[in-house]
Amino acid sequence: MAWFSREKPGVEAVGEGEKRVRTEGLWLKCESCSQIIWKKTLDENSQVCPQCEHHFRIDARARLEMLFDGGQYQEFDAKLTSTDPLKFSDSKTYKERLVSMQKATKMSDALIAGAGKLEDRPVNICAMELKFVGGSMGTVVGEKITRAIERSIAGRVPLIIISASGGARMQEGAISLMQMAKISAALMKLDEAKVPYISLLTDPTTGGVTASFAMLGDLNIAEPGALIGFAGPRVIEQTIRQKLPEGFQRSEFLLEHGFLDAVVKRSELKKYISRSLAFFCY
Amino acid sequence: MADSPAPAPIPAPTPTPVVSNPSWDRVQVARHPKRPHAIDYIQRLFTEFHELHGDRRYADDKAIIAGLGWFEEKPVMVIAQEKGRDTKQKLMRNWGMPKPEGYRKAMRLMELAAKFGRPVITLLDTMGAYPGMDAEERGQAEAIAYNLREMSRLSVPVICVVIGEGGSGGALGMAVGNRIYMMENAWYSVISPESCAAIIYRDAARAPEAAAALKITATDMKGLGLIDEIIPEPGEGAHTDPDASAEAVRAVLRSGLAELTAMTPRQLIDDRYDKFRRMGSFFSEGS
Repeated sequence: MAWFSREKPGVEAVGEGEKRVRTEGLWLKCESCSQIIWKKTLDENSQVCPQCEHHFRIDARARLEMLFDGGQYQEFDAKLTSTDPLKFSDSKTYKERLVSMQKATKMSDALIAGAGKLEDRPVNICAMELKFVGGSMGTVVGEKITRAIERSIAGRVPLIIISASGGARMQEGAISLMQMAKISAALMKLDEAKVPYISLLTDPTTGGVTASFAMLGDLNIAEPGALIGFAGPRVIEQTIRQKLPEGFQRSEFLLEHGFLDAVVKRSELKKYISRSLAFFCY
Repeated sequence: MADSPAPAPIPAPTPTPVVSNPSWDRVQVARHPKRPHAIDYIQRLFTEFHELHGDRRYADDKAIIAGLGWFEEKPVMVIAQEKGRDTKQKLMRNWGMPKPEGYRKAMRLMELAAKFGRPVITLLDTMGAYPGMDAEERGQAEAIAYNLREMSRLSVPVICVVIGEGGSGGALGMAVGNRIYMMENAWYSVISPESCAAIIYRDAARAPEAAAALKITATDMKGLGLIDEIIPEPGEGAHTDPDASAEAVRAVLRSGLAELTAMTPRQLIDDRYDKFRRMGSFFSEGS
């Protein structure tokens, strides 16, 4: 390619009498403080705004790479897929939705189960993928987490679950609901085996995920500013017919009300988890 | 308008096509204003009942009625969701939508039952756990999550009956049982038909379609392997004969209790665990 060739026009007209320079891909605006950030700076800062420390959402793979030593891990049940038990359909069939999601995310469902080392200590980490049907939990997510818990019990390996989810998956009906009980029962066994479990809640974690495994950690920790709740803010606003106050259902709110052990910055997560496990394991 | 000509005769409304939707019909029966509630069953099924109050943490949630009951001479812990009948009662019972203190009261009493080796019977009838500000502040999610884990640890028989509406986590938070029964016209779902319709069709009025799609009836739930038995209702539904309905519930409670009281505490925990471990195995391992 020639040095000065351009694939796209650098300047495009936006509306009448307005011109905007396209800088897509190089710069972006912080969702919180509106600061313009160079994308590379954001990448180097684990997707945290250098000015206001707003934590941008990151995907499941990035989560695992961030926590496992050298970004290395073994993936389990990578091909587990839902068989669409309800034959559910809305604007398109659930089957089609799954296929398109699988193509877009290169994942079979909304969770990656990995095993590897965290500061030299073997751990199992499950990370939810918000981009896959809203990170919702159906039969596959339920089964993958339950199997990870069973591996943790069998090998006495600490478990970390990173939540990012709208809750139970509507398209699998009550089957999704029962996954809440299935996972919680498996966590009862993990608890009896005295194998540590750290629940990391990230933006957003709501519904049936919060109302089951995400709130059941030996430690419940969250990133700053994450939306965490049972009912979503819109549902509550409809119930009480008024606007919710600023900061309602954010990490700091949950910390204040006693439901989180700590709010931990992304840059400090690995160290924090590692030290906690050093306390629990011997 | 005074000077406008006489209005043209209003054309007869085109009748809305009657589409048979058995799922939605059942939802209507489950919500029938005269449908027997928890109180009606408690009065008929237990020879004695002494209500116990409070979670010993914050408050007494009146959406949940719980206490010491005697079922055919045998002591059982009864824990039930009650919607209330008239406006005053509905207000007091918060329309049967429990808050965190309700789930915590339920758990406290289930643990009390376990301590003294008495079976637990829960009656479920809620649109869902209360989605309000105070409930969030006091940890609605934590309260339900805690119950899911701790109910799976109970060393006594746990029998759950969905008598009306089984609204999502609000019902499940008291429904991790060895036996789960549903009344013929009850529904049990991950989300209410209205909320589901609001999300997928952006129109809560399309709840009937959502009700069918979500597979929420007792027959659907039995077919999916998520409940054990369907309790038949008399006539057009439980409201047509509350006494007969209570007798139908009595019959399954009797057989359920007989089976479960023969089991050891370890067997009961394993039985409950295995039941939920198997639930919803609708996946393929891929290739």
